[in-house]
Amino acid sequence: MFYRETGQFKQSYAADQAVFPILQDRLGLAVILLVAFVAVPLFGNEFLLASVMVPFLILSLGAIGLNILVGYTGLLSLGSAAFMGVGAYSAYKLSTIFPGVNILVWILCSGFFAAGIGVLFGLPSLRIKGFYLAVATLAAQFFLQWCFVRISWLYNDNPSGAIEVPARTLFGLAITGPSATPVTRYLVVLVIVAVMTLLASNIVHGRIGRTWMAVRDMDIAAQLMGIRLLPAKLLAFAVSSFYCGVSGALMVFLWLGAAEPSAFDIKLSFLLLFMVIIGGLGSMIGSFFGAALIHILPIVIRMLPEALGLPIAAATVEHLTYLIVGALIIFFLIVEPHGLARLWQIAKQKLRVWPFPY
Amino acid sequence: MLYNIFIDPFVQMAQMPDLLVQTLWEGLVSGVLYALIALGFVLIFKASGVFNFAQGIMVVFSALTLVGFYDKFSAAGFSGHVAAFVALILTAAVMFVLAMLVERVVLRPLVNQPDIILFMATFGITYVLIGFGEMVFGGDPKQMIASELYLPSGSVDVEMLGGLVSFQKIDIAAAVIASVMIVGLALFFQKTRIGRALRAVADSHKAALSVGISLNQIWVIVWFAAGLVALVTGIMWGARSDVSFALEIVALKALPVLVLGGLTSVPGAIVGGLIIGIGEKLGEFYWGPLLGGGIESWFAYAIALLFLLYRPQGLFGDKIIERI
Repeated sequence: MFYRETGQFKQSYAADQAVFPILQDRLGLAVILLVAFVAVPLFGNEFLLASVMVPFLILSLGAIGLNILVGYTGLLSLGSAAFMGVGAYSAYKLSTIFPGVNILVWILCSGFFAAGIGVLFGLPSLRIKGFYLAVATLAAQFFLQWCFVRISWLYNDNPSGAIEVPARTLFGLAITGPSATPVTRYLVVLVIVAVMTLLASNIVHGRIGRTWMAVRDMDIAAQLMGIRLLPAKLLAFAVSSFYCGVSGALMVFLWLGAAEPSAFDIKLSFLLLFMVIIGGLGSMIGSFFGAALIHILPIVIRMLPEALGLPIAAATVEHLTYLIVGALIIFFLIVEPHGLARLWQIAKQKLRVWPFPY
Repeated sequence: MLYNIFIDPFVQMAQMPDLLVQTLWEGLVSGVLYALIALGFVLIFKASGVFNFAQGIMVVFSALTLVGFYDKFSAAGFSGHVAAFVALILTAAVMFVLAMLVERVVLRPLVNQPDIILFMATFGITYVLIGFGEMVFGGDPKQMIASELYLPSGSVDVEMLGGLVSFQKIDIAAAVIASVMIVGLALFFQKTRIGRALRAVADSHKAALSVGISLNQIWVIVWFAAGLVALVTGIMWGARSDVSFALEIVALKALPVLVLGGLTSVPGAIVGGLIIGIGEKLGEFYWGPLLGGGIESWFAYAIALLFLLYRPQGLFGDKIIERI
């Protein structure tokens, strides 16, 4: 009753092919953007902005990157954290070699370095498939992480072995380094994530995205239909790594402030994969749902005992978090193997026919 | 540079054959242990098509359970060989309960889902086991009850090739037990009724169902078998170092072993384990210094990747036939 296409006439092909053809969708998106851009910075406290929203957005961007590879192209990757690391380290190198150039330029440029490395490690994907490919991408994960430890040039021979973010400004406002306020950092991340999500959405809805989905559904059939597999797969690796790289650069510059190689270890790769699968394979909004669930859930679980006044030791809470997250992963997979995005679709369908059951 | 890469290591090998033998032996032993972990993966993959990521944590969990039981017994004044073996049997029972639970709670509702979903579900199992294990046993490393289980300690020094090569007795025991277990599993697969049913399930779930094989039962058996393999691996590995959750990382090493040998092949797991173990140790010892050391972390994956480029289904894997 409130959410239906009836009566919404399209008078041009452009309107018919719009990403959000229904008025209510557009209104909903506008409300979400309004909340994200105005309400959250105005009313959110420092904890919400710095520890919940900024990481959530950055991880969502990484999840979108991985989703392009796993969800849209069907290439299983366990090396996404390493590509995030490539982005972070190249942004760090570029910004310390050329301190005069705006940091945002370097954060976006670092994506291209990650894309290059991604293409390199994506080359075997033409021959290797499925779980075999997943293990091949583990080679990228461990090799790149080894590089971050061993090649001291990458962290400017810093004796601690970590990269520390230099203070940089945008329009006179500090956006990185210790003096940057959470609000400015949040807004910068939000703008980048919003623009890149729009871009990704356009890519996957266009010719390229359709090529990828054809490759995912059956690559031999796609090849017979005239899709060249190598360019399609490598492009998927490039775009995916670009997104991961930018998200890694954002992670170090606007969230953590400093990072050691262990920040990009295999656990982060697995976390991103959880987000993609719990959120929904091949769904943009699913990447956000997944990131929200996987990032915010442990925070909530950690805060719960304190809020309820239960005397539980910190270590026990940590273990319980593992236990509950694991159980929830299984629970969500059993309830809805197609991810949270699928639940969202079902909810929309229910709204469409409401108040009737069908 | 080229000399350092292609000639110098071999000159070193030729000059000090005793060192080479020692390195080969170490590689062989770690290869056997990798192969044991990989074997657990293969068992489950063959019978249910599930890529069981939780195998690594099952190794840790079973070892911790064993030590935990023994600690409880010795706290009650009941220690020694008998207590150790009672603990062993109890641990096996725990692994059986775990197999039942996994089948009942995770696998049965997820039957007929895509592989990647089942793969993710085993991640969930991993997290649950980590959380549960740390809560019950604590995060501190524990001492494996090796001598109580009649496992030898100390080393044998053999003089050969103009030098002294030392073999740890526990390593020899590990190699022997692993071989026995592999032979046993092979016989179990080939000769018994259940083994035949397992192979039938691996071939085709539907065909197996249609001739009256209970899938649920088979899955419990397979997960239990993988749990027993994990227990043996845990004992062996725990006897070499401590029992702690750090072992979980070592279990990731089993993945290149697995793809190198082929996901569906038991002999593949063994051969892959040996290739990776020996290749890794040789690479670290002779080529590692050139690259600044620590290459053990990724060298195994690089070897596996090279083999995969040549044979995408692994050395002994079933040939991948694709139809439209």
